[in-house]
Amino acid sequence: MSHIDVAVPDPDQSAVLVQVPDGTGNAASQLDPNARPVLTVKDLQMYFPVHSGGIIRRTVGHVQAVDGVSFQVPAGGSVGLVGESGCGKSTTGRLITRLYKPTAGSINFEGTEIAEMSQRQLMPLRREIQMIFQDPATSLNPRHTVGAIVGAPLLIHNVLPKDKVLPRVQELLEIVGLNPEHYNRYPHEFSGGQRQRIGIARALTLQPKLLVADEPVSALDVSIQAQVINLLQDVQKEFGIGFLFIAHDLAIVRHFCPEVAVMYLGKIVEIADRETLYTRAHHPYTQALLSAVPDVKQAAIGGRRERIRLTGDVPSPINPPSGCRFRTRCWLAQDICAQVEPPLMQIGPRHKVACHFAGELGKHPTTPVTTSPAVAAAASDPGFASTWFEVTTGQPTGG
Amino acid sequence: MSQSESQMERLDTADMVDVVDPEAVLGKSPTQLALGRFRRDKLSMVSFVVVAVYTIGALLAPLLVKIGFLKPELQHQNLLNVSLGSIPKTHFGGASWSHPLGVVPGTGVDVMSRLWYGITFSLTIALAASLVAIVIGTVLGIVSGFAGGIVDAVIGRLVDLTLSFPQTLMLLALSSAGVVACAKFLPGSASDPLANGFYEVLVLGLFGWPPITRLIRGQVLTIREREFVEAARLFGASKGRIYFKEILPNLWAPVLVSFTLTMPAYISAEAALSYLGVGIHPPTPTLGNVLTDSINYSVADFSYFFYPALLIAIVVVSFNLLGDGLRDALDPKADR
Ligand SMILES: Nc1ncnc2c1ncn2[C@@H]1O[C@H](COP(=O)(O)OP(=O)(O)OP(=O)(O)O)[C@@H](O)[C@H]1O
Ligand code: SF4
Ligand SMILES: [Mg+2]
Repeated sequence: MSHIDVAVPDPDQSAVLVQVPDGTGNAASQLDPNARPVLTVKDLQMYFPVHSGGIIRRTVGHVQAVDGVSFQVPAGGSVGLVGESGCGKSTTGRLITRLYKPTAGSINFEGTEIAEMSQRQLMPLRREIQMIFQDPATSLNPRHTVGAIVGAPLLIHNVLPKDKVLPRVQELLEIVGLNPEHYNRYPHEFSGGQRQRIGIARALTLQPKLLVADEPVSALDVSIQAQVINLLQDVQKEFGIGFLFIAHDLAIVRHFCPEVAVMYLGKIVEIADRETLYTRAHHPYTQALLSAVPDVKQAAIGGRRERIRLTGDVPSPINPPSGCRFRTRCWLAQDICAQVEPPLMQIGPRHKVACHFAGELGKHPTTPVTTSPAVAAAASDPGFASTWFEVTTGQPTGG
Repeated sequence: MSQSESQMERLDTADMVDVVDPEAVLGKSPTQLALGRFRRDKLSMVSFVVVAVYTIGALLAPLLVKIGFLKPELQHQNLLNVSLGSIPKTHFGGASWSHPLGVVPGTGVDVMSRLWYGITFSLTIALAASLVAIVIGTVLGIVSGFAGGIVDAVIGRLVDLTLSFPQTLMLLALSSAGVVACAKFLPGSASDPLANGFYEVLVLGLFGWPPITRLIRGQVLTIREREFVEAARLFGASKGRIYFKEILPNLWAPVLVSFTLTMPAYISAEAALSYLGVGIHPPTPTLGNVLTDSINYSVADFSYFFYPALLIAIVVVSFNLLGDGLRDALDPKADR
């Protein structure tokens, strides 16, 4: 049993969690383990059918864009979702906002199961779950004025009498830091950062409880990114909105999310509180991503100075690698990685990782941490992945 | 813990300034901006003026014919040299103060009258055919892009089929039967300009829509994927609202541009078909049938051939430049 030692939470790790990082009262940035979840996603799966060309369109395969993703967003808290391009982040966001209907899995929003709901049933929920889009150039209709864009949700949901719409729009513009008198201007009259603010105002119009921010700053100039991030932080604090913050690198979510999930090819490979993830990441992929973050203390990633460069491209999600999906680019990969898919194991109070050789950088074990008879049995049990929420430790029961 | 403290800090934005817009774009709608861009482009403005002059001329001509200023059918045999094959007696096609562009060899009709009145008929045919093509093309393009699936596939095959049709051949082969058929629904006989013109418009329009359908369908498909449409769906906007309020307002620009580009195509098509004997016949003038007539005299009386050729070239080039200018001005990418 000794080989699974790495999976046992070390004592001070739990201390980290309870300890409040600082006393600034910035609730949004702190991890409250007892927070009631506003969103619980379980085994979310989205397979897009791939059709053959020609007149008779046969389904020749599936893009496994999201494959068994599970996480929770606490009410008023925020979770970061990080991964390379094409790993299924946006698809996850669009599933949660129900722009797409998931192939399988459950999306529980405040106790209501919404994964299977029809568009009509979703109508009342449309006020509660909103989204901020990546590209401010295409997320605002060029033929509508800002007032029409921000006011549209109010008119569609008929929540305010017509003469109250404009004052509310102006109020929202002020909240996001725009001149309220500019309601009759068109999107092209604003800069990228200002357009993103308009997008944020639109998302806030109906006072949502959950906001999916899909790479909200990656299309902006670096100099403007910080301003928009600050605005989002203010908004979250002020209105107590739960955030799913999608980003393609770990640098940005670091300022925003007390909890971060790392995704690779449709699966979550590691999820942890910020402190743990940035100092004691166990998954090779997370470690590679971290090494690209300029301001992470080098000591935190095993004292290595050089950047870990991942070679090769992300494999196609139509035909993902067997076993561990990361194995084609993993420098630790061994035979078992091609044969057995590593389960997402709980290795700390809020730390889960899916890797046969999970360990801190430079301290990866040489024997698989997942091959103890109990874990191997659990791994081959298809129900394992769906019960990881209940698994509280990677140590087999009775161990 | 010190590290996490630094993570809590608000990002420093003190010396970061968001880009401020040049005041030039403030307070203008996208349409006004496009017009501004169009006006600043000299070539576009020149082509616009030329097209406007032709259009006004075309509108005035019937009036001028009525009051007798233009006499497109009155013959002046006395101005022709019968011994030399009835070409005009004087130089430059018999140009004089009363006939500035000369007279037609063989009949002695005033060339200016024929050409001026001919512009009316040519532009009318091009306009009518364009409208037929644009209306069919736009409607099918929108339906195809919106509906997708089977409907889209059927319209796509229809486009391919129409494009692969030998239309000129058909236009020629069926012309006499087609004109007779058209005449049945119209006042007047099959030899009237109305029946001939109607047949021409119908065939040109019915074969002209496929490229427009393709263009509009493509536009619908791209706009449908824009994030503002997803945003609208996120508030629970109805399908109708999304189509009519979010997508359609973004389609009029490509429709307008296609229109200014089909017009010149049909003006030259009219000329080409006249040469093949399809369309409105003399004595009713069109730019095409005057040119066709003049080709017989291109050596003996060059100026008679020169004027219609020049008028057609100018209007076709101007319309094309106008279309290009509009396309550049309306291109959303130029919105910065
Ligand atoms: N509607 C769709 N139909 C088919 N495949 C899709 C669809 N949407 C996304 N995909 C595929 O699913 C995979 C995940 O896409 P997704 O947009 O979620 O990635 P992402 O992580 O958001 O990437 P990016 O950082 O580029 O935004 C990609 O391979 C993509 O091609
Ligand atoms: S399971 Fe194997 S291939 Fe996958 S990340 Fe771990 S070591 Fe690498
Ligand atoms: Mg994305």
